[in-house]
Amino acid sequence: MTVQGPELHRAGVGLTGEPEGAGVSATPSLQFGRRVRRLFAYPTTGPLVALVVIFVVFSAGTSTFLNAGNMSLIAQQSVVIGTLALGQTLIILVSGIDLADGAIMVLGTVVAGSYASHASPLIAMALGLLACVGAAAANGVVIAWFRLPPFIATLGMYTIIAAGARLYTDSRSFPIDSDLLSALGSGPDLGAFTATYGMILWVVLTLVLGYALNETAWGVRVYAIGNSPAAARLNGVNVTRVVFSVYAVAGVFYAFAAWQALGRTPIADPSGYQIANLDSITAVVIGGTSLFGGRGGVAGTFIGTLIVVALKNGLTQAGIDSLYQEIATGVLVMLAVGADQYLGRGQRA
Amino acid sequence: MTEVLVATPDLAMQARGLTKRYGHVVAMQEADFDLARGEILAVVGDNGAGKSTLIKALSGALIPDAGEVYLEGQPIQFATPLAARLAGVETVYQELAVATQLDIAQNMFLGREKRKSGLFGAVFRQLDKKGMRRQATEHMQTLGIRVQSIRQAVETLSGGQRQAVAVARAAAWGRKVVILDEPTAALGVRETTQVLELIRRVRDQGLSVVLISHSMPEVFAIADRIHIHRLGRRAAVVNPTTTAMSDVVAVMTGALRPDQVASALPH
Repeated sequence: MTVQGPELHRAGVGLTGEPEGAGVSATPSLQFGRRVRRLFAYPTTGPLVALVVIFVVFSAGTSTFLNAGNMSLIAQQSVVIGTLALGQTLIILVSGIDLADGAIMVLGTVVAGSYASHASPLIAMALGLLACVGAAAANGVVIAWFRLPPFIATLGMYTIIAAGARLYTDSRSFPIDSDLLSALGSGPDLGAFTATYGMILWVVLTLVLGYALNETAWGVRVYAIGNSPAAARLNGVNVTRVVFSVYAVAGVFYAFAAWQALGRTPIADPSGYQIANLDSITAVVIGGTSLFGGRGGVAGTFIGTLIVVALKNGLTQAGIDSLYQEIATGVLVMLAVGADQYLGRGQRA
Repeated sequence: MTEVLVATPDLAMQARGLTKRYGHVVAMQEADFDLARGEILAVVGDNGAGKSTLIKALSGALIPDAGEVYLEGQPIQFATPLAARLAGVETVYQELAVATQLDIAQNMFLGREKRKSGLFGAVFRQLDKKGMRRQATEHMQTLGIRVQSIRQAVETLSGGQRQAVAVARAAAWGRKVVILDEPTAALGVRETTQVLELIRRVRDQGLSVVLISHSMPEVFAIADRIHIHRLGRRAAVVNPTTTAMSDVVAVMTGALRPDQVASALPH
């Protein structure tokens, strides 16, 4: 019923009529019980358990899953969708959705790729970043100021940007030979485990966004808006401005995802990553962030990404057809959304 | 028709001649309003009498077409609810007033979060969570609101406790006036009593309280004065200790003319 830690605060006398001092002097074993309950009330516990189960099952079921090389592969396969999903998490936390994130990322890769051949890689990168943030901010303007439903607004943006990227490139792809642009795909070998710079960047970005969401006023307001925009507005939160900032900041993460993508495959292809938008939403949802907004966070998304990738990787190691892998992912999404509904988290405030 | 009065500084809030039209519908017609310092003024009226319009005009949620509002004798014009809040006028709306998934301390400081001092606050914009929790706890204690933990999500609280959090937040930030729009509408009997008790404590701290309510027994239990609103304007102000409940209802519905109420207060 109550969630409380040892650092319990309590106040005053009798508005609720409960006995004075209730719940203060718990025995250590009681406190342990509470801690366990608190742990399971924590939104990332479910996804974490799922990830552990996947690792245990595939480690026991196949001989090729559990080794340093494959672990490194799983992490490398995670970075693009994982970075994209960080931006998606932000947007879903304010009860939005971004169907254009993959297309915006691809736009970033082709803009950077097109300039890389005749400009300095730094300029190419800056232009790629600008393209991503500009496109994402356009989403923000349309959704925050013109109040278009995020699903429709970003569906439109997805179509426009996907076509725009092809028109811009004449449907050509650009091989990347710049060391800077493809740097994230390499990194030091720790035995058989290759720790790419992209993995490190993914972890760092997760930590930075986690800090912003949990330790700053902006983060509290993001959660408050996802919870109830009306309540947030009545409390003096500038909902329009925060929602716009969420979409624009997501664009920064899409730009990092574009960099990650060039590190994974050093070719900027306007027709690549066509379902990255759905993959990113899948990772966010499986990570326990509620599509209703206001609940979840980047730790869950980090785990959710690993779940999606490790599941596909494990099923491949087990020799199962990739179409069945898609079915498994779909079932997992429905389970995650179902859990969100039936655990009462889907209730609107 | 309405003479422009010289504002009275010893009143917390005053309004003269407030008018608001929506097309041909007149929601408020030359409405007057007086709130003394440190009192609980109940605002009653039939549905459609224009209570909400009056309250919105006082709290900055709408801009009247005509009329003046004074806060402690100073003429003011609130362009937004935020402007009213900054001037010391807090409003608790019927519902939607709390973010249910945030905890009590976060709700208390929502929109007015405190940052840490020093480098972490200035550069990394880190919130002073401990400080905010401590202040919220102290404030809840002062008002006698008992909760298990200040870190409880508001959705784990009962309806009465949620409303108590909303009222406490208004009391914490409202330096002058707290406006409560039907704070007990969704509550049971026991919770209503608790929230009314809390409203008394808010008044006893020196704040002036405007209470909009439909419940006559509640109004008579708690109000120092009763403002009766009818047809978009103030019909009468009465003292609950000398006026019968049936007379108030009769004025509200138009069955009794205000000048027929012997105990009506001059205004």
